[in-house]
Parts: sequence; structure tokens; C-alpha cells
Amino acid sequence: MRYSALQILRQGLTGNRGWKPLWREPQPKQRYDIVVVGGGGHGVATAYYLAKAHGLTDVAVLEKGWLGSGNAGRNTTIIRSNYLLPGNQAFYEFSMKLWEGLERELNYNAMVSQRGIVNLFHNDPQRDAAARRGNAMALAGIDAVLLDREALQRKFPVFDFDNERFPIKGGLWQKRGGTARHDAVVWGYARGADRRGVDLIQNCEVTGFDIRGGVCRGVETTRGAIGANRVAVCVAGSSGRVMGLAGLRLPIESHVLQACVTEGLKPVIDGAITFGAGHFYVCQSDKGGIVFGGDLDGYNSYAQRGNLPTVEDVCEGGMALMPAIGRARVLRMWGGVVDMSMDGSPFIDGTPVDGLYFTGGWCYGGFKAIPAGGYCLAHLVATGAPHPAAAAMRLDRFATGAVIDENGAGAQPNLH
Amino acid sequence: MIIDHPLLGPRDAAEFVYLGDAGLIDRPDWQAGDAARRFDDYLHLRDNPAGEHRELWFHEQGDRSWLVVTRDTLTHEIVRVELARDVALARGRDR
Repeated sequence: MRYSALQILRQGLTGNRGWKPLWREPQPKQRYDIVVVGGGGHGVATAYYLAKAHGLTDVAVLEKGWLGSGNAGRNTTIIRSNYLLPGNQAFYEFSMKLWEGLERELNYNAMVSQRGIVNLFHNDPQRDAAARRGNAMALAGIDAVLLDREALQRKFPVFDFDNERFPIKGGLWQKRGGTARHDAVVWGYARGADRRGVDLIQNCEVTGFDIRGGVCRGVETTRGAIGANRVAVCVAGSSGRVMGLAGLRLPIESHVLQACVTEGLKPVIDGAITFGAGHFYVCQSDKGGIVFGGDLDGYNSYAQRGNLPTVEDVCEGGMALMPAIGRARVLRMWGGVVDMSMDGSPFIDGTPVDGLYFTGGWCYGGFKAIPAGGYCLAHLVATGAPHPAAAAMRLDRFATGAVIDENGAGAQPNLH
Repeated sequence: MIIDHPLLGPRDAAEFVYLGDAGLIDRPDWQAGDAARRFDDYLHLRDNPAGEHRELWFHEQGDRSWLVVTRDTLTHEIVRVELARDVALARGRDR
């Protein structure tokens, strides 16, 4: 069913009885050409682009729980491409461009809203770093504007500009950044993939890989063995655990990242903001909830929940930036498990096992990467060669020295 | 999380800084023929288990000792805490 204003009118006049489920619930077949492990944003996007861009429809997506039940349902929905390094810029800008046409492409309302993102700075060295990054972005064809204090004061009257310790001096603004509805992105891609013949199989956990002679020939699952010519693993957060089943060790640690949302409030924050002097970032959802978070808890975890000292640190950052947030009540707080890689950048690559492909190491930036991540992995699986936009995201880049370390923090995952 | 320090007793985990897998104690031999490969392995590749994990914590806001904490990454339950020095000596290092 194609969605349109006419369809809404027709359904409204007939008691809304004609809406159909977004996708089928097929039984898994014995064998597929391609099996995608993981039904999160990257998994369903990969399946969608395999079908759409390469005409490969003998594809199954295997999901342990329900579609979008992992990090796709736990992130804070920010999209942006304000990166410094060439290995990242082309990729994230490609993703940004896909976001801009996503809803028309999918015929699905993903609530993409380009309300802008601002990284605040509070002193001269930070201003220099922001200007440098902005210039690097502009050179790569990405929009970047250095805002001064007065421009920010007009945009965000709620911030404490004269904080004694961390006065706001300005910010780097990417106007095309913004937010999108996290679940709707997964649902839109899933619907698009399903309509092109991809089997989306939920409640089907992969428990092993069928690897013989260095070639991956399929997967073992809780619903039986499924053969495949090619297997693509998109399970960021659990990459260590799943790729461990294939006997591979990765340059990744799993960490917990927490986020919070307040009760619904009137519009107060225009866009997404990162505080430059503490671990705090914030945006406001269309429902009015102030969505905010900060840094990792900092230790390996698969628990999908964190500890209170980190929440306290995040809230201190929030109070320093916008004291009014102290009057808002937090409705929910949660944690997600993220793949922290050794240089803070992701992987889209083949593996030493023939026919086994891997995407992961998305750190806390996997959501905005969903369109390009899916597109580039589909390209790699279909053609055997990396997509130019993701050519630097190799698994062996630590051995070769071609790391993509945005923060210059070295091989210490909890510092990225 | 509460880390039961072998010398100081139970301390809040917020006093500590986390480094990572306790395998970092076993620094490779820099003179070995395949030292480059071994250091790549040592610096970058991790088991990253879901379950029991031995890891290094530094008591920065305390006595500045390094500890080897055995902790379940699924529940955050800490099952054992040792001085990293004792662990390193037991593995044959000289300090």
C-alpha cells in the first residue's frame, strides 16, 4: 500500500479498516543467497539497498528480538555530518544526503527534521578547533557556520551565556543536521525491503556460523540452520559476541551509553546542542521531551543499563549549560550497548572468512549512519569491492596504521 | 558499583579509572621476530566477552594502586578484586 494524503482520506472515511501490516511474517527458508544478521537500522537498510540498488532479493534478515529492538530503539536520534577527517567526511555526508531524500525514497514518514546541530565552545583553543573543523567540513562540501555569541543568544535564550566558569563564546553550526524518528527509520526500511521480496525473520537468534575451509556457508539459528552464499553481520553493540561465534577477535569493546528524556515541555531548544565544557548534549523531541545524554560509563558492559555517577555527571553538565533544566522532571532513563572501536570510527569490511561481511564499531554514532551504512555494506556484499565513501573503514587499519581517530585519543575505546 | 579494594575495603567505583582487559598486563616481547603483529594484537584486539571479564582499574581518587577486577559484563556483579601487582608477579613478571 502506497501512503499518500488521498490514502489517509480514504481510510479515514472507511473507519481506518484498510491499513495493512508493514511487512509479512515469513517462515525462514532453508537457504538464501544472502543472510543479514541483525534487524536494526543497519541490517534492514542493508537488505533494502541490496534489493533496491543491486536487484538482489533472495535475502533474509535474521533478528533475535523484534525489528529495531536494540540500539535503533535506544539512541537519541541525532543526524549530522560534522566530521574532521577525510575517511569519515565522505561517508557521513553521503549519509546526510540520503537522509535528505529518505522519506520520498521510502514513501514513509521518518520525521527527518533538519533543525541544525551546534557544538558550543567556551574558550579560544576550542574556537580554533571549531574553526578548523568547520573549514575542513567546508572543503569537503559540508555546510558549516561559525556562530558568535550574539547569534547564539538570539537562537538559544535559555542557555547560561555568562556562566562564571564556562561562558559560551560561540558554536560550530551545521544547519543541515537535525533529528529523525528512530523507530520510523527502521520501519520504513523494513517495509521497503519487504515489498521488494526480502524475508524479515524476527525472533530468530543466530547461534553459530557454518564455516568450512575458511568459507562461510550459512548460519545456525534458534529456528534451524539457514544456508547462504554470503552473510553480512550488522549487530553493533554485540559485535564482539556474534563475531566471536565465527572465531574472530575485533578491535572493539562493548560499552554502555546512557540517555534520559524529560516530560513534554513547550519548545525551548531549537536543534541539537553539545556542551563543550562537560559531557552533555541535548535536543527536544517533537513531543516536547528534552532528550539528553553524555559520555559513556566507561567500562565494558552488555547490561543495557548504567550507573548513577554518570547520570549525575551528565546532569551537572546540563545544569551548567541551561539551569532551567533543573525544573524539568526526568521521565525515563536507559542505557544502550555500543561497539566502541579502537579509534572511534566504524568498520564496513570483509573478514578473513570468505563470504562473511561485517559492519560495526559504530561507537555512539550509528544512528545517523544508517542510510549510508546500509548502502555501503550492500555495495560491498553485492560487488565484493568497498564503496568509495566507506573505503577507509577497513578492519585491518590498525595493523596498517591507517586509523581514523577524530579525537586523537589513541587505542583506548572509552576515550573516543 | 562498589569495588572491594584488597587494602582499603569497599570503595565507590567512581573513585576509579577504567583501563580495559587485564590482558594488557602481558606486554609482548619487543624483540620477538613478529613483534609488530603481536603488538597490533595486544593494543587493538579484544575478547570483549559477555559474562565474566578480568579488567584493570586504577584507584585514581584513592591510593593510586592498579587492581585486577573480575566483573560480569552482563550484570555488573564484581566477583573478585586483586592487586594488579600480585597478578603480574604470579604471571612471572618482575614487578
